[in-house]
Amino acid sequence: MADITADGYSPARDEEDEAQDKALTTADGTPLKISLRRSQARQRRRAFYLVAPLLAFLVVTFGWPIAQMTFRSIHNPEVANYLPETSAAIADWSGDDVPDEEVFAAMARDMKTGVEDRTIGRAAARINREIPGARSLVMSTARDVEEMSPPYRDAFLAEDEDWADLEFWRLIKRETRILTPAYYLLALDFEYNTRGEIVERPEVYQVYRLLFWRTAWMSMAITGLCILLGYPIAHLLATLPLRKSNLLMILVLLPFWTSLLVRTSAWIVLLQQQGVINDLLVWANIVGDDGRVRMIYNQIGTIIAMTHILLPFMILPLYSVMKTIPPSYMRAARSLGATQFTAFTKIYMPLTIPGLAAGVLLVFILAIGYYITPALVGGESGIFISNLIAQNMQGSSAQLKLASALATILLVAVLVFYWLFNKLIGVDRLKFG
Amino acid sequence: MQHDSGTGNGAEDSAYVRFEDVQKSYDGETLVIKNLNLAIKRGEFLTMLGPSGSGKTTCLMMLAGFESTTHGAIWLHEQRIDNVPPHKRGIGMVFQNYALFPHMTVAENLAFPLKVRGMGKSETEERVNRVLSMVELPQMGDRRPAQLSGGQQQRVAVARALVFEPDLVLMDEPLGALDKQLREQMQFEIKHIHESLGVTVVYVTHDQSEALTMSDRVAVFNDGIIQQLSTPEVLYEAPDNAFVAQFIGENNRLLGEVVERTSDTEIRVKLETGETIRALPVNIDASTERTTLSLRPERVQINPPEGSMPNVLTGKVAEVIYLGDHIRTRLAVAGHDDFIVKIPNASGHPSLSEGEAASLGWTIEDCRALDA
Repeated sequence: MADITADGYSPARDEEDEAQDKALTTADGTPLKISLRRSQARQRRRAFYLVAPLLAFLVVTFGWPIAQMTFRSIHNPEVANYLPETSAAIADWSGDDVPDEEVFAAMARDMKTGVEDRTIGRAAARINREIPGARSLVMSTARDVEEMSPPYRDAFLAEDEDWADLEFWRLIKRETRILTPAYYLLALDFEYNTRGEIVERPEVYQVYRLLFWRTAWMSMAITGLCILLGYPIAHLLATLPLRKSNLLMILVLLPFWTSLLVRTSAWIVLLQQQGVINDLLVWANIVGDDGRVRMIYNQIGTIIAMTHILLPFMILPLYSVMKTIPPSYMRAARSLGATQFTAFTKIYMPLTIPGLAAGVLLVFILAIGYYITPALVGGESGIFISNLIAQNMQGSSAQLKLASALATILLVAVLVFYWLFNKLIGVDRLKFG
Repeated sequence: MQHDSGTGNGAEDSAYVRFEDVQKSYDGETLVIKNLNLAIKRGEFLTMLGPSGSGKTTCLMMLAGFESTTHGAIWLHEQRIDNVPPHKRGIGMVFQNYALFPHMTVAENLAFPLKVRGMGKSETEERVNRVLSMVELPQMGDRRPAQLSGGQQQRVAVARALVFEPDLVLMDEPLGALDKQLREQMQFEIKHIHESLGVTVVYVTHDQSEALTMSDRVAVFNDGIIQQLSTPEVLYEAPDNAFVAQFIGENNRLLGEVVERTSDTEIRVKLETGETIRALPVNIDASTERTTLSLRPERVQINPPEGSMPNVLTGKVAEVIYLGDHIRTRLAVAGHDDFIVKIPNASGHPSLSEGEAASLGWTIEDCRALDA
């Protein structure tokens, strides 16, 4: 017992070994580390070939679209591409007065090219998005530009006095930049005012910040509920005899085998005002027929349905961790004098943290980007930011770039959350299932 | 660690722990423990030895409070404890896989029982250091259990069971996960700790050599019953029944019929192959007809001088295994081909080779006639 190395472990000896490692070489004098790397190169290559198809698939279907999306959210080529000469000429314009002849002449040349190439419409549409009515101004002038003669400044003003509008020209100047933060400003409820300063949007138009905030707090609430409901069940699963726990596990997994749409619709059937739960409440005289509780098409509906859907993602990692905690830990704690409660909080709980953290990470990240359930049961007050992203991608009023900006913000938020989580818990300690 | 022994009077000392008519059933159909009565003296090192499923661990768990008794009472220090929750029993326990809390350092593990008892910080620290140096790991307080070797973890587990100074320490196969050499070393260390602290130890193992090495007394369990409760010497030299003889040490069995009860210390047994053996009756009564003769392999003499042994059989060597300190020889004798003889690897002892015939002799006292 006097010699601790008898147990095969001695810190002093380990340090010696490390010091030796640095100087070690193989018989022919190459450093040991280099020759080890060489000898393992074949294995590494083979491992790479095995994952190469998946890697390529992911790059094409995941990495590339995300890069595209992020790029599109700041990319603003229309004015610079379709009105190239105007863009060059307007660079020196001060912005205080109607631009001089040089700018108008450039605009006339751009319009002629634009009419020939049929690209003028796209430029007009882009400007129209910022100043409604600008499209007709541009298009009608463009139709007549062939017949015009210099000086174009007077000709344009004669065609339409709106060409003297400073706001229009300021916009053109601003939008000549290839990259713009405009969509991010919009996604956070800011905008450029007519003088090009960043200001908050009018309150009636403000929606995205509220939605981001709501998505965050509702995801947190759902995660919290999943912990409250999932922890005891996971514990039960891990401690019951195998036959019973298998049955329970099937019940936990059952929702996975049912379509998401079906489950969500089932909640509608249960929760709506003429639905099963309200009928029961009325039947039991807990509420009157006119006082039926509104439990769906609002935040409550979203929280209930999403908690149900995401619960297995909390239970499974928790279960897989709890399964590995031998009952002897709790027994040891008890035999050492701890009450059941102390043993649970001081020994069992800390040991389940890896599972808990993995569950929180899974549920929160899934919830924050959830679309279908809030879309179906969220109504007005229970929708998430993803629903607005989808809205901005569909229909005639689609604003793909705004959608991209919103989606990028969401992505960054998730990454920041993950990074924070990693700092606090350490992702290498997590256990997902 | 001082243990209070002044308060105990004679009666308490004779039965510090007492199992009284204890029965245990898990399913309501079979009894795992059948009417157990056991008294453990203060300061004693008692081992519960038996094959798996014999009820020894159940017994220990009932004493620790993790299993309830189905019937009967358990007394500790003249207090009935079978309804006391485990954390109030004040019994130290070392678990099979140590059960060191992996999220705590060694020092935190050792401080845990003191902390839950509300002990002050400085005293806790002092006690932790004292117990760490007792198990000779004074520098390891800041390590995590996973950073320790198996033997070191084992020592920490023992230290943790002792740090709150319990009078009774239970050990559930604590050395099972260690390799042979380390296990033997730890056996002596645990034995020394027991001797220097004077704690009462109840030790569970299925390893008979461990039980013989460490214990004051050994309770051999089988089938929910204590087959024999005795000192190691008695268990080995004078097993009460065929199970104990078979379980403790190596043993040659010869089956036969009792043909004549010569005296209280001698009977004649006729083997199935016709030879007659003179043996010592142990649990043979007047009505017993069939018996198992038990004979230790090291008590058999090869080619004894004519007339020096009361029992002589001839056998044919079937296998010779060289084991260094002795040569294990398997012979076919009286219809059995698994008759083992251990021949010391020293001068003056014959060496046999395969296929050779040899005569084997032994005394009456070494040949114990047990239940069939």
